[in-house]
Amino acid sequence: MLWQESSRMKLNYRVVLLIFATIFGLVFSLPSLTQSQNGAKITLGLDLQGGLHMLLGVKTEEAVTSQLKSTASGVKHFTEHNDILIDGLSASNNAVTFELLDEDDAVVMDEYLKKVEGTVVHSAQGKYSLAMTPAAIEKLKVQSVDQAIETIRNRLDQFGLSEPTVAKQGIDKILVELPGIKTPQEEQRARELISRAAKLEMMAIDEDRAMRANDVTQMEAESFGDKLLDDAIEPKTKHLVHEIAILDGTMLTDAQVGYDQSNRPVINFSLNSEGAQIFGDFTGKNVGKRLAIVLDGKVYSAPVINERIGGGSGQISGNYTTAEANDLAIALRSGALLAPIYMMEKRSVGPSLGADSIKGSMIALLSGFGAVVLFMMFYYRRAGVIANIALVVNILLIIAVMALFGATLTLPGMAGIVLTVGMAVDSNVIINERIREILAEGSSVKRAIEVGYENAMRAITDSNITTLIAAVALYVYGTGAIKGFAITISIGIIASMITAILGTHGIYIMLLDRIEKSKDTAKWFGVKRSM
Amino acid sequence: MELFRYSKPIPLMAKSKLAMAISVFMVIVSLVLIFTKGLNFGIDFAGGTIIQVKYEGVAPIDTMRQKLSGNRMFEGSSINEFGSPDEVVIRLKNSSESVTRDIGDVTREQLSGTGTFEIRRVDIVGAKVGSELREKGIMALTFAIIGILIYVSFRFEWRFAVASVFALAHDLTIAVGAISLFQLDVNLDVIAALLTILGYSINDTIIVFDRIREEITVSSASSVNEIIDDSVTRTLSRTVLTSLTVFIVLVTLFAFGGEIIHTFATTLLVGVVVGTYSSIFVASPLLEMLGFNLKNYRAKLSEKAAREIEKEKMRAQFEQGIV
Repeated sequence: MLWQESSRMKLNYRVVLLIFATIFGLVFSLPSLTQSQNGAKITLGLDLQGGLHMLLGVKTEEAVTSQLKSTASGVKHFTEHNDILIDGLSASNNAVTFELLDEDDAVVMDEYLKKVEGTVVHSAQGKYSLAMTPAAIEKLKVQSVDQAIETIRNRLDQFGLSEPTVAKQGIDKILVELPGIKTPQEEQRARELISRAAKLEMMAIDEDRAMRANDVTQMEAESFGDKLLDDAIEPKTKHLVHEIAILDGTMLTDAQVGYDQSNRPVINFSLNSEGAQIFGDFTGKNVGKRLAIVLDGKVYSAPVINERIGGGSGQISGNYTTAEANDLAIALRSGALLAPIYMMEKRSVGPSLGADSIKGSMIALLSGFGAVVLFMMFYYRRAGVIANIALVVNILLIIAVMALFGATLTLPGMAGIVLTVGMAVDSNVIINERIREILAEGSSVKRAIEVGYENAMRAITDSNITTLIAAVALYVYGTGAIKGFAITISIGIIASMITAILGTHGIYIMLLDRIEKSKDTAKWFGVKRSM
Repeated sequence: MELFRYSKPIPLMAKSKLAMAISVFMVIVSLVLIFTKGLNFGIDFAGGTIIQVKYEGVAPIDTMRQKLSGNRMFEGSSINEFGSPDEVVIRLKNSSESVTRDIGDVTREQLSGTGTFEIRRVDIVGAKVGSELREKGIMALTFAIIGILIYVSFRFEWRFAVASVFALAHDLTIAVGAISLFQLDVNLDVIAALLTILGYSINDTIIVFDRIREEITVSSASSVNEIIDDSVTRTLSRTVLTSLTVFIVLVTLFAFGGEIIHTFATTLLVGVVVGTYSSIFVASPLLEMLGFNLKNYRAKLSEKAAREIEKEKMRAQFEQGIV
């Protein structure tokens, strides 16, 4: 009997497709639904799982400015070394300018300036202007953004957060996403680590004027080729150092947290061979004088040089906790930022809010889904049940496809799924209404299904394609969370073509004999056939 | 169960003048609202900061105001309850550029001593990003409309396309009017909601137009009005049923989706109601007003069919090797 029953059910390609879709949907949505460790899962957006999203800008002009400043100090160093007299040396408006006092030096000067890369020299009556070429500026800007991305990525990798994203956006923006952040304190620590310039410099204390450090102004200090720097530990103390650094962090090879005699955390660093050479030479020549260790423009310590220090290693001591020392060591190891970064956009969601959002949207999804399912069953009877089967497969398919593509599910994405439920139901409403119409005309069930699907098809295709057009526009021009909405809607519409249209049609064809035999169209479609 | 059973066309076109008057009135009211009351651009488009704070127990809003009023950063800020009495949202016009210490950190410090609280959300949008997002939002809407216009003209006729876009503009204007009326914050989610309305409204209109297209070839009626009435009536049960199911879904979103999805759900609810109305009372009468000519359209269709037959004949002849 059972055999006879099933022998009357005709398998057809549509049903086979639906079965495949169901298996596919089940297999690939299971890892996401059960939160299993294995298999591809849907990634939850930061709005759902909590975390930090930042869009950072890079002040690329400042990379240009500091490049010009270093060109200027090169000029200064060269002229002093060769006893060339110049006046009014300054770096501004993308150019280094100065006046050569003795025309006789012009040949030597020109020779030197020619060798400065990426610049064009203009000179007229001893007035020199060394301008960076637009190409060099452009190159430096691009380089400073790329370098910032690389540096931030390095720092975050070493910070030990799970799955940080650091990506370039547009020309000079950096997208940073940190899903693992749990507390505001942790977030602030991560932000400090990211934005730290980490520019390490060794500078000589100007011993001749050291006594006046707390009295002079920055302007005065500059006038004798010095720089006035704050002390990192006692902000009121000032230090007068020679403007041009002896060496900087680019020669650093390693930085590690260690402990000093009184068991306070310090940072031990090592220099490369070039740095070690310079460091050794300097300390050898300046025994008895002080050397300032400067980080991001602040003096951390200024120990007296007791003897020549070879081997190229040193120590930065400060008043920091182990965690701070650790972050600082990371920042030093991953290198300095060529240009400072600033916040353009930040969205941070606490984990508890994310959990609330998931709960809220799940309740909305399930209750909306439940209401629609009940309504369909009540209104269309068995046709409603068939539509509901398609609906379930539809949702499984959306989850499966998103998991396979590694798509991110955001809050608007959840709304998109809810909306897709509405649209998939709409397709079945259109189809069922058409079938009912034909039944009302007194046609056979077979014909009603055939013509019903044929007539409904045009309307459904046209309406689905127009919605897809809107979704594509949303995807292309949308940002962040809105993209998530467009993705779920697009996947949902395509999935509904397979489930709500082909799938349900297949089920009807398969059950056709049964429906015709039962002669009870009220049970199957919720209406009686006119005779 | 059945809501409607088709017996004869409902003479809706006879009421089209009244419907048009209502629509024109609604659109004008919406435009007046938009231009006088204006839109509350949220931080996504205007730039600024939103900080969501949850207290253990009732949030001490007055104390919070006092604590924040001392700092110039918080000038022009507003503090409002958010969903429940223990949760508040602080809205600021300012944004901060510092990465290490932003407005959220300052707020946390300023609020210390007001009770046990948790800062659950800090959104900071710089002015530059805001204007970029605004541009992109407008682009998305424009391209979606152009895309739809092209597709509908291609599948139907230009009058259908124009009528559907008018209906669309009608729905969007009224939805935006409602946003202005309720003074909802216009953020990216509102753009998503407007685009959904756009998709939904065009869907509804196309279902009716598809029926009109079909009736033109099937029915023997000689006036456009008759055909429109017949088509609208025949699709009425579908229109109402679908709107009802979408409505159910939206009401659950509205009720359980939480505060964040509120604006989205509200905008959509208005859009769905207006969209349903417009597909019945606006799009189809517009078709007639645009001078849709039944005779011409039928002539064009039969000409097209004749050409198709001619082509078929040629192909057959070609295959037989005659030409």
